[in-house]
Amino acid sequence: MIKRVTIVILFVFALLGLNAVVGRFLNAYYLQILIFMGINIILATSLNLINGYTGQFNLGHAGFMAIGAYASAAFSLFAQPFLQAWFGFIPAPVLTPIFFLLSLVCSVLLALIAGLLIGMPTLRLRGDYLAIATLGFGEIVGVVINNMKVVGGATGLGNIPEYSDFFWVFLFAALTVWVVGKMTRSAKGKSFPAIREDEIAALSLGMSNTRVKVTAFVIGAGFAGLGGGLFAHFMGYLHVNMFGFLRSVEIVVMVVLGGMGNLWGVVIAAALLTGLSEALRPFKEWRMIIYSLLIIITMMVRSNGISLKNWRKASA
Amino acid sequence: MTEFLQQLINGIASGSIYALIALGYTMVYGVLRLINFAHGDVYMVGAMSGYYFAQLFTRGGGWLRFSLVMLGSMAVCAALGALIERLAYRPLRKAPRINALITAIGVSIFLEYLGQYLFGADPKRFPSLLPEENLVNIKGVVITNIQMVIFVVSIILMLALNWIVQRTKVGKALRAVSYSHTASYLVGIPVNQVISLTFVFGSVLAAAAGILIGLNNPRVDPLMGLLPGLKAFVAAVLGGIGSIPGALVGGLLMGISETFVAGYISDTYRNALAFVLLILILLVRPTGLFGKTSQEKV
Repeated sequence: MIKRVTIVILFVFALLGLNAVVGRFLNAYYLQILIFMGINIILATSLNLINGYTGQFNLGHAGFMAIGAYASAAFSLFAQPFLQAWFGFIPAPVLTPIFFLLSLVCSVLLALIAGLLIGMPTLRLRGDYLAIATLGFGEIVGVVINNMKVVGGATGLGNIPEYSDFFWVFLFAALTVWVVGKMTRSAKGKSFPAIREDEIAALSLGMSNTRVKVTAFVIGAGFAGLGGGLFAHFMGYLHVNMFGFLRSVEIVVMVVLGGMGNLWGVVIAAALLTGLSEALRPFKEWRMIIYSLLIIITMMVRSNGISLKNWRKASA
Repeated sequence: MTEFLQQLINGIASGSIYALIALGYTMVYGVLRLINFAHGDVYMVGAMSGYYFAQLFTRGGGWLRFSLVMLGSMAVCAALGALIERLAYRPLRKAPRINALITAIGVSIFLEYLGQYLFGADPKRFPSLLPEENLVNIKGVVITNIQMVIFVVSIILMLALNWIVQRTKVGKALRAVSYSHTASYLVGIPVNQVISLTFVFGSVLAAAAGILIGLNNPRVDPLMGLLPGLKAFVAAVLGGIGSIPGALVGGLLMGISETFVAGYISDTYRNALAFVLLILILLVRPTGLFGKTSQEKV
């Protein structure tokens, strides 16, 4: 037990140290790519729990991200000034992180609730139908936000305090990977792949399929909300178009390329794809054309993802 | 009452177009169990190539020009559909289904951005092949000649498709393949050719839909296929995916309810409606209105 606490403390200090180094030696552009990598690791790992481990095809992950982003931004913009007046006596270096964490709690909670509301009914559906229902959910979130004047509607939401930095993003990325890894390795967690492989067999072994699916879905949604909250407080500005269908697709591609249900494969794929998408930026109008061609070709040549483990299995 | 009837007619017009697109989704899903996300973009290519054909065929009266544009863009889309199937989907026939689905999304993104590169991202004005005029006017309820063309062309195409599927040898093969690939192969049906042909049929209908939308709403751009494509898919699910009459009914339902929401509630919620409808229908009757229920057996 003591050992684990030591590891966590060491990790936090290492991150703080890295944060200082990265902040000093990396220019803003590279730092931004790094932070996007961290956020995408959170999103891809949380989707991995739903899509990869449990096999429930979710095509609306960006919807949960949007809910989280807007929830935390709303907290920072509307609730924080009130609280500031009450707790102003606490010095800012202590108060700011608390506010930030509170806003992230908001984003996770709201995303969890949304996950539960959308997951309970739709998870009865299978395969393609679920994919389309979740896609529809993502679109509905977009339309609703577009019509909500409080959060800026179609003009977007600006002036969000930029609290997210390398330290916070990677702290939460590590937390996400740890939680998902821990969950799926636990005895109960074996029911996730069991349902992916064969629902009827899982049912006849006494698993309560709906409960397991909803659990995976809700936890995945919560982490997507967290990613959204971090994203909002990094960008400082939000617009619905940031969370469109293409964003959901991007996350799904990360999970498939990393290998469904392969924890580290997906983390690596998330980082690689973020980097690739930036590296293609000089190609301007060719960028998305090349990107889509790469997706198509990878699906053909590496149908089980890019990881080495699967590589050996496939060639054996 | 006048307004209600007028909305109904407008709804049926846009619903016929959804139905034409939905047929392509439903047929491909029938034979491959694949949501062909690129189908909406084939419809976009149909409209865009119609725009260019209209500039190519400038001579001839309205009807001749209209028919030439229609046939030209059908030919382009038929070739495109067959090409997509051959290059992108056929190599994945045995891969996990999620890979095929992602490839389909990849093809869709590819067509959209290639379209932006080739045609430019800005919307283009589709030439008015047939000048709009009021054909029928009963106590203020108007049916324009363009709406009439949409009804007639859609009905002809759907009857033709129904005839092919139900009455010809090719249609029989198509129905067999959608039942089982292996069994069809064993009785000597060229499965790959039949699947190619399914894509060709679907793409021809999408091309027609693209031209008809160009007449009705003359703004065409490379991203125009995305949302109508998704909605047409919803229409196919609504009617029961894999069922041809289902696609027709689903498309009409979609078009009518959307027009009513836009007319009586708010235009901004129009795009959400399709998906709310989808989630509702999936919860009440996951197989759609005309779909067959199948119990999974161990």
